[in-house]
Amino acid sequence: MIKPYKIKVEGVSKTFTSGGKVFPALDDVNLTVEDGKFVSIIGPSGCGKSTMFNIIAGLTPPTGGDVFADGESIAGRAGYVGYMLQKDMLLPWRNILDNIILGLEVRGVPRKKAVGRALPLIEKYGLKGFEKHYPDELSGGMRQRAALLRTLLYDRDIMLLDEPFGALDAQTRLLMQNWLLEIWRDFGKTILFVTHDIDEAIYLADEIYVFTKRPGKIKAKIEVPIKRPRSAGDMTTPEFAGLKSTLLKLLFSASPDGAETAGGDEID
Amino acid sequence: MTKSSKKYACARAKRFIYDDEHQIKKRKKIIAAGRIAVAVLIFAGWEFFTRIGLMDPYYWSCPSAILKTTWEQLAHGSLSGDIAYTSASAVIGFVTGTLFGAVLGLSFWWSKAYAGISEPFLIVFNALPKLALGPVLVIMFGIGFFSKAVLAFLMTVVTTAIYAYGGVKSVDPAMETLLYSLGARRWQVFTKIVVPSSLPWIISSLRVNIALALAGSIVGEFISSEHGVGRMVIYAGTILDINLVWVGVFVLSVLSVVMYFCVVLLEKFLSRHFIRMNGQG
Repeated sequence: MIKPYKIKVEGVSKTFTSGGKVFPALDDVNLTVEDGKFVSIIGPSGCGKSTMFNIIAGLTPPTGGDVFADGESIAGRAGYVGYMLQKDMLLPWRNILDNIILGLEVRGVPRKKAVGRALPLIEKYGLKGFEKHYPDELSGGMRQRAALLRTLLYDRDIMLLDEPFGALDAQTRLLMQNWLLEIWRDFGKTILFVTHDIDEAIYLADEIYVFTKRPGKIKAKIEVPIKRPRSAGDMTTPEFAGLKSTLLKLLFSASPDGAETAGGDEID
Repeated sequence: MTKSSKKYACARAKRFIYDDEHQIKKRKKIIAAGRIAVAVLIFAGWEFFTRIGLMDPYYWSCPSAILKTTWEQLAHGSLSGDIAYTSASAVIGFVTGTLFGAVLGLSFWWSKAYAGISEPFLIVFNALPKLALGPVLVIMFGIGFFSKAVLAFLMTVVTTAIYAYGGVKSVDPAMETLLYSLGARRWQVFTKIVVPSSLPWIISSLRVNIALALAGSIVGEFISSEHGVGRMVIYAGTILDINLVWVGVFVLSVLSVVMYFCVVLLEKFLSRHFIRMNGQG
């Protein structure tokens, strides 16, 4: 009955207080992800997806509920998962190599060893020759690669990616999506991927969670049965179009159960 | 026909670029020549008007006499020792003041309450005319070298602290979040994010500091001292040796310019090796 899970978010809610008012950001969020799955999360802007990531990453404590990974509670425990923030957040005073090994450095891995682990990744995943360059000399796509390699090299089974390709142009974005799938296949990580882009969500994921608008709640979970490996051609199949229209309906139609979204009244 | 027109367009484009470069070069030459001309004019005019008596040489001395006296003082007098004395106290005050101020400013990152409590005192101390404390310092630390270094230190420490605190306040919170997400402890966030991203602010305080430190040393010597260029100026004033006063002013100006360029070099070195500006600073 209970499947083995890699990460489980159980009844998590979060409220923020500002100026004496209480703002609910997340309301009873439950999700369970199996080991090695690629899960996309979509929802309207401000639905609390980033808040949920901050909670899973242990940066923000939840108001209620708990987060488990490998059977242990990880709420409030930073550093258990690899987290890639919205902006690439490469440190401008460090070159690409020193940026990529940042996570290992923080963990206390000796520099020589860290570099030894970083160089093969840099070579294999398209940043060869840029090790000594500084972030401001790289294109947006290259910077995202570096940021993702930093997260990858941090070497956690679970990776949270918060709209990593949001700022890229469409063609670079497609390249990066394929590149990400390649990395996911090579390393067998469990990935949670937040995006605004429905195509991107379907193309990458095994499962998609759809969030309601604030306070964030899970409205639906959709399986993506498109077989792998996937290519850009899959985006034009009827199967893909069918999934897309389902998701569009979920996102833009009024919620079928109005009672749940009425939570927004609590803002007053 | 087409070939020639292409050639023409090419030549024109090339000429245009050449012209642009040429203009810049020409402007640079004009600026350099103009600067030299103005300097020469000032000194020549000064010399000329004092010689014909339009400017009273008693008050104004004249460049040739100043140079001559400077040379004599350097060769036979105590001037070289005075220069060493003054620059040593200024440099010691500059280095200790800048380092201590930077540490103080950076320390405000550790606690918002501590920073909040300290901020008004920092502002008041910055506004306080520290040179006016000179007499007290001389009484406290004696008329020797130490009181001058302390005054130079006081002149620089608060400015640097304020600059460094400005750097701390402008640290990108998302960068701190990134470090915490990697499981970093606070001191790691401090050394890997706060210090490097505040460094441009600290570096920009250096130029101001060197002038302030020198002013501190000189005023310290004005108040009471046995050595130093500042003491020499005051001494020359009391015995009405205006020529020697001018020598002091001349030497201090040169000292100030030399120190300024040393700091510019230091700044370049630090910027190249430790920071990457990326639009900030």
